[in-house]
Amino acid sequence: MRWACVYLPHLAIDAALRRRAAPDAPLILLSGPAHRRLIHAVSPAAEQRGLRPGLTLAGAQALTTDFIALDLDAAAVERCRAWLAGWAYRYTSQVSLDYPECLVLEIGESRALFGEWPALHARLTAELTALGIRHRLAAAPYPIVARLLAGLQDGVGVDESTALAAVGALPISSAGLADEVATAIERMGLRRLSEVFALPRDALARRFPQSTLHYLDAVRGRRIAPLTWYAPPDVFEAGIEFDHDVESTQALLFPLRRLTADLAAFLAARDGGVQRFALQLEHDGLADSQVVVGLLSPEREAASLFDLARGRLEQVRVPAPVRGLRLVARELPPFIPVHRDLFETRAQQTTSWEQLRERLRARLGDDAVHNLTIRPDHRPERVNVPSVVAAKDDAVPALPRPGWLLPRPIPLRDHGLRVIAGPERIESGWWDGGEVRRDYYVVETSQGQRAWAFCAAGEGGPFMLAGYFA
Amino acid sequence: MAAVLPLEQLLDARRLWRGTAAPAVVHDGLATGIDALDAALPGGGWPATSLTEVLIGADGVGELQLLWPALARLTETGNNVVLVAPPYTPHGPAWRTAGVRLSRLIVVHADRTHALWAAEQSLRAGSCGAVVCWPGTADDRALRRLQVAAETGGTAGFAIRPASTLSNPSPAPVRVAISAAAREVLVVKCRGALPPSRPIPFPRVAH
Repeated sequence: MRWACVYLPHLAIDAALRRRAAPDAPLILLSGPAHRRLIHAVSPAAEQRGLRPGLTLAGAQALTTDFIALDLDAAAVERCRAWLAGWAYRYTSQVSLDYPECLVLEIGESRALFGEWPALHARLTAELTALGIRHRLAAAPYPIVARLLAGLQDGVGVDESTALAAVGALPISSAGLADEVATAIERMGLRRLSEVFALPRDALARRFPQSTLHYLDAVRGRRIAPLTWYAPPDVFEAGIEFDHDVESTQALLFPLRRLTADLAAFLAARDGGVQRFALQLEHDGLADSQVVVGLLSPEREAASLFDLARGRLEQVRVPAPVRGLRLVARELPPFIPVHRDLFETRAQQTTSWEQLRERLRARLGDDAVHNLTIRPDHRPERVNVPSVVAAKDDAVPALPRPGWLLPRPIPLRDHGLRVIAGPERIESGWWDGGEVRRDYYVVETSQGQRAWAFCAAGEGGPFMLAGYFA
Repeated sequence: MAAVLPLEQLLDARRLWRGTAAPAVVHDGLATGIDALDAALPGGGWPATSLTEVLIGADGVGELQLLWPALARLTETGNNVVLVAPPYTPHGPAWRTAGVRLSRLIVVHADRTHALWAAEQSLRAGSCGAVVCWPGTADDRALRRLQVAAETGGTAGFAIRPASTLSNPSPAPVRVAISAAAREVLVVKCRGALPPSRPIPFPRVAH
């Protein structure tokens, strides 16, 4: 069992449902020319209302009017299949989209990690169900055999010894042969593939084209055609459209949770993180509103991505109701997990500092959290520089400096002032336009505060309050 | 209450509460740098996993000099110290001179309503050594949230408040008031021990 096939019989409708906010909508997909619209696929809710693929649109409207009709978007279905390939990439680096309507995965090499086929089957089923994708799975020694078996039944696993018997038991009509070849073989009175295998090879070669012989060899594992492998993209892009105008942030949270979960699945498969992503809120007739979520270090947890995006989204005011939500992530750097000590001294450490910092920045703004950096300058108001990265711990001259500095000096009106020390003259900055010439004093106010005050050089008053020796 | 009721009945009805011994005091406090204050506080210092209230008559009467030794030691051992919405700009050189490693000192800017939220988040996260906040005249419910967050996260919290809130009830296990004129600190409340009746002088760092 080296190959598993994920057959996606209802991918068109599942992909359309995923892009809608309500997953149980009675949805139908239409195809065909404008004068004769045919139902291509129906959602489970629409099927309950009696709608079937192949019905005309007029026929469907005669049955019920309670459905939502959309045009079949073949490109969107292929995008969804590529996205599923990205999901499958976490199991193996060999994922192929060569066969239509399915994915083929190499599972033999990672059996030690994921267990034997029944365990892997249960895991794949659980994840695909959570993603809202209906599917059938099969495993076999050759890709084409896995594809054939998945088309018939879910959960089948055959190995080298049973593969031939399983393939031989397939009816001609579902053996994947070209239509005219299958019809010809059935008219010869043959019902199963094993009967075709029993025919002499030269007799077959006279009746059928060479491709048929190659195909019959392939399903028996005698001739294995190489597959092309899927390579994950370097950009993540996904979106959800709404049926109605969304006017509150609350209603955006459910689609946002789904989008961030998709992003996390994509990142886990890539073994990468995201440093920056954008939420695009689509409006009717207006340009999209953008909400950029920038992080200081790469992140990939679904829950924290959701929290951070939510914190940013709740601050946003949009000009019009929202019709659609898209998530675009272009900066996907490698993800380096935080190193933790095995014997962590803080047992209750629930949130790492990086997560806390991002949470605070998400709610309070990108510049709200910073370190202090000291710049060598004599003017006290130019010494402190907020910096986002951690500061260096430089030694500083041990001059009396106050712990608190006022954002801007204010006049100090106090009649009980007592000068404790000073003056210390600071005269600097004539070269950069910010010239100061001041005498600084340590004074004690009538309330008992030690304050740092200054006056113009040589004046001896009045004082301006610069800070407190708290 | 004229009727005589048996004791068991009162206990069963939960109308009578039996006082148990005070919970054992763990000596895991953060040293304050003042020996007399360490001796007065039950944990041997500022409580490392709950809220401490510092009451001041005016900004700049010595609240930083009271906290600096503990904060400096925390940053020296690699813990982050978060200042949530400080009333003034912390002046780097003074903090550095006091022994605080600036690479471990984080300033969070927030308005009044968000400051309480940010302080609670930082306390609850458990990845900071200490969180210093200025809740102002916030009510005791807000302080209780901070206290619960500090206990959950195992983080030392310092709430610096005006002395006018001295008479209000407070859930903080330790409350101290700074008297600026006499350069003394009075332990108003400390859970697990009797507060000393006399204020403790604390030295001014020489300028």
